[in-house]
This record gives sequence, C-alpha cells and structure tokens, in this order.
Amino acid sequence: MKRIDNIPGGAGSAVTVRGLVKHYGETKALDGVDLDVREGTVLGVLGPNGAGKTTLVRCLSTLVVPDSGSAVVAGYDVVRQPRQLRRVIGLTGQYASVDEKLSGRENLYMIGRLLDLSRKEARSRADSLLERFSLTEAAGRPAKTYSGGMRRRLDLAASMIGSPSVLYLDEPTTGLDPRTRNEVWAEVKRMVTDGVTVLLTTQYMEEAEQLASELTVIDRGKVIANGGIDELKAKVGGRTLRIRPADPLELRPLAAALDDMGLTGLASSTVDAESGTVLVPILSDEQLTAVVGAVTARGITIGSIATELPSLDEVFLSITGQKASAPQDARPELEEVAV
Amino acid sequence: MSATTLTPPLHQGEADARIGLRDHVRHTSALVRRNLLWIRQDPESMLDAILMPIIFTLLFVYVFGGSIGQALGGGQDAYVQYVVPGMMAMMSMNIAMAVGTGFNQDFQNGIMDRFRTLPIGQGSVLFAKIVVELMRMLVATAVMMVVGVLVGFDITNWGGLFAAVGLSALFGSAIMWIFLVLGVSLKSAQSVQAMGFLVLMPLQFGSSIFAPTQSMPGWLQAFTDYNPLSSLADSARGLMVGGPVAHDIWVTVGWSVVLTVVMAPIAIHKFRTKS
Repeated sequence: MKRIDNIPGGAGSAVTVRGLVKHYGETKALDGVDLDVREGTVLGVLGPNGAGKTTLVRCLSTLVVPDSGSAVVAGYDVVRQPRQLRRVIGLTGQYASVDEKLSGRENLYMIGRLLDLSRKEARSRADSLLERFSLTEAAGRPAKTYSGGMRRRLDLAASMIGSPSVLYLDEPTTGLDPRTRNEVWAEVKRMVTDGVTVLLTTQYMEEAEQLASELTVIDRGKVIANGGIDELKAKVGGRTLRIRPADPLELRPLAAALDDMGLTGLASSTVDAESGTVLVPILSDEQLTAVVGAVTARGITIGSIATELPSLDEVFLSITGQKASAPQDARPELEEVAV
Repeated sequence: MSATTLTPPLHQGEADARIGLRDHVRHTSALVRRNLLWIRQDPESMLDAILMPIIFTLLFVYVFGGSIGQALGGGQDAYVQYVVPGMMAMMSMNIAMAVGTGFNQDFQNGIMDRFRTLPIGQGSVLFAKIVVELMRMLVATAVMMVVGVLVGFDITNWGGLFAAVGLSALFGSAIMWIFLVLGVSLKSAQSVQAMGFLVLMPLQFGSSIFAPTQSMPGWLQAFTDYNPLSSLADSARGLMVGGPVAHDIWVTVGWSVVLTVVMAPIAIHKFRTKS
C-alpha cells in the first residue's frame, strides 16, 4: 500500500478548499466555502443541521461532485483525481458504513482486501485494529448485534485500515450516550497522535473544544467565522460560570455582589431561579478566581460552582447576532438528485 | 482565511490510479465473499431460489399440463417436455429481479458510501452482485431440473442441457444490468419489485415459455415473436429436446450483448454518481 509521505508543495496544508459550491435545485448546500486544514491537525467544522457540513464531507470524499470551486486533499484534486484521493482518505459518517450482516472481523477483512492487502495482511490488520478498538471479544458477532458505540468504533477501525493521511469524521458522536462519546473522543485523539489530519464536523461546541485546534463555523452553506478555538471562544464570551449559593436565600445578594464587581467587557449576571443558580460569563481563569474571591469576601458560602461552554446557539448569536438556522431545515445532502 | 494561500500543486502521473484486471478480480471476489457470507448468516434468503422452481414446475405441469399437452398432440408428458426447458427462461428473469431489490437495500445503510470512497473499480460492486445472483440462478436451475425429471422430463442431451443453462445465465446477467439500474435509481426496494413485476409479467406470459404461440391472436404473436424470452425458451427447448436452434440462439446472444453494452455503463455510471 503506497502512502503519500511528502506532499510536494503542500506547504503544510492537507486540505485546501476554495470557493466550493454545491446547489441542489434551490437549496444552496455549499455556497462558496473556503477552508484549510493544516497537516496533522484537527479542524472542527461547526454548524447546525442543514448548514452544509455533510455535503462538504461528501464533496471532499468524492461522493458528490461540486458544481464549482476547487478542493485539494493530500495533493489530489477531488474532481480530477478521485481514485488517487480515495487511497489516502478515510470516512466515518453519521450512519455506520459497515455491513451489518457481517461480523466485525469479516467487515475489516473485506475492506483490507478491497484496499489490496494480501489475505494474510488483511487478516492481521483486521486483528490488530479489532484489538486497538477493543472489539476483539465481539469480533465474530454480526455487526448488527453491536451497541451504538461498538458500531462507531468498528466504523473508525474500518476507516483506519488503509492508514489514511486524512480522515473525515462527520458528526462522529451524534446519537451516542455521553460515556460512548468519550470513548470515541479518546480514539480520535489517539489517531491524531499518530499524525492523521482530521476534518471533523459537529453540532457541539464541546466536541469541537475536545478535539479540534481550529474551528470553522458554517451556516447555510457559508463560512461565517473561523480561527483558533481560543480566538473564537473569546469572541463568543468564553465560558459561563454557574454558581449555586449554599443558602438559597442568598441567591439575590449573590447576583447583586457579582454585578457590583463590574467585570470589564462582560454581560451582567443572570439569575436562574428555578435551579437556584447565578450565571456569569467569564473570559479567563483569572476572572474565575476574581469572581470566587469577591463572593467569598461578601461572606456568601458557595454550594457548588461549575463552568459551562457556550452552546452552539450562543456561538451563533454572538457571531451573527441571530439564531442558527432552524434544525428542521431540510437536509440537502439527503435530497434526491437527478443524475 | 488568507485568500493568498495558493492551491497546492497536484500530484502528477496516473501510476497509483490504474486498476488492473487482477485488481478487479480480487475486489470482485472480496465482495462476492461478502454476499456469500450473507447467505450463510441468513440461509432463508436461498428459499426463493429453491422453492420457486419447485412450486412453478409443479403448478404448470399439473394445472396446465393436461390441456396444453393435448393441444401439443400428447398429454401431460408432452407438456413436461415443452415447459421444463422454457422455465429456464422464466428463472433467469425472476432471479435477475432479486439483484435489483438487494442492491437497493444496500443503499439503505452506509456501506455503499464506504465502497464508493475506496480505491476500487466501481464496477466491482456490481459485478459481485451479478456473480452471486448467477450462483443462485444455477441452484434454482438445478432444483428445477430435479423436479422436472421427477415429473417425467427426459434428459436426452446433456450437452444441450448445459448449453441451455449457459445461454440462460448469459441472458440473465444481461437482464440483471437493467435491474441494477432500477435498483440504483428507484427510492425503495418495494418500488424496484413493483416495477420489476410490471415488466416481468407481460414479458414472461407473452412468450413461448408456457404455451405454444400459434393459437394466440396475431397482434400478440407479433409481440411474442420479438420477445427475447421466446427466443431463449425456444433455444433451450431446441438444445434440450431437439429442433432447429441456430436462429433463436443468435437472437438471444444478440439481445444479451446489446442489453449489456447499453445497460452496464449506465448502471456503473449511476452507481458512481448517486448522491
């Protein structure tokens, strides 16, 4: 199996997308998208349902031919060199792309054979990936008997058989419970340590924060923001501090104390009476410390304290000043297209 | 985003891209193996290939055998000699339809996306389907021949029998390309089946498979004469029990080649570009 180790002139960019457009009739799934993924890094593509994330991934993995614009992945043009490109990419979509009737081992063996490994190589590659993704015990069972998390892990293992240099993860944890989600995250982090470049689409700020170093926010087929995670977080106000006073009667005094502090550049605190907490947006750890100090100085005992990342809605609100497009928007990538 | 970043230069050369015949064979056999494992997983999926020939042979021989046999100048025995070779043609159609529904169901889960992002000849996925259906067709034909012999069919010419099986397989694989096109174009397996039956029924019954065409009205005879299933049935009959065959064989082979040449590229193209 040939690997592309040096990308001539790639200059550190594993994925380069310029002006990518894909329309499905009236729906502008992609409306001129530009983005770059630097080699060996994870780019998070954040956006609501119907933003064009899946169409983007399908264009970059040769499943959909864009109407215009260009995309070069690992030095190959997605339109003109689809076969070469398929050798260096891996794709794990929202829907498990494994054969449910086949066992985990047979799935991986089949893909190994399709990637031109010898029978022996295919067998040993399947076994080592099953081991790595903790699927050895279930290896002989049909994939349809797997739990959601096991299926996703098998899917990731299948994407890794060809040792891709670029991996697309299209909402890899949508529909998974928190524990399973953490498992998948851990696997993705391991792949990145191995030097794989990852383009990750997600609806969750938390997932982007966990995995990605850079972020591109898209909505209605357009890039509306991009940059480092920290930059973006600063833009949207970083974290939210949720403080619950030990004595519920001190809820109002606590809020008043926080407003008196007058943290610079911050929106004022809000009281969430239902849960008996006060919410304060903060930008840095220093501000967190300052808040705690001020509260203690007023003699208020803190019952519990937690920091929360902004939700996708809050991110959109602060970037665009409007809500993310409604999730009930038709998913353009699933629309039937005349060929 | 710095718009100044230029698009990086592309790799040159096609060395990595070519997929040779040996690669095609290996890819296709890996995919055939997948479909055979399905059968092992779910042996009931073979039931249609086994029961259909039994039921149809018994039905036709015992329901129509007496009266059509008389018209043929014999009795039920004469009809057995007539209908058993003809049913090979029916079988090749019925099994061919299954390839369309199976192919359509494959698209319901994500596995097709996986195949289409692998560096394999995209035809391999379709070739594998055809190979597996041809295997099922052979099983169905073997069952039909056993039942045929049990109800009185005389195998006088083994060479002719094998030639007839080969011809049915050739025609069947050509028909499968049509159903692969339907399978990739239509939205659900049910609509593939419904469309399939709509095409299948008039073709099968408006032919010389089940009854001689002489007693049919002129307009229908005109149709049956040009129906490739009549040619296939008449070829099989000629090969197995004797009679002139050359013309019908050429017509059958001609149809098979034309259908394949036209439909195979369409099927592969539709498979490759399906979104």
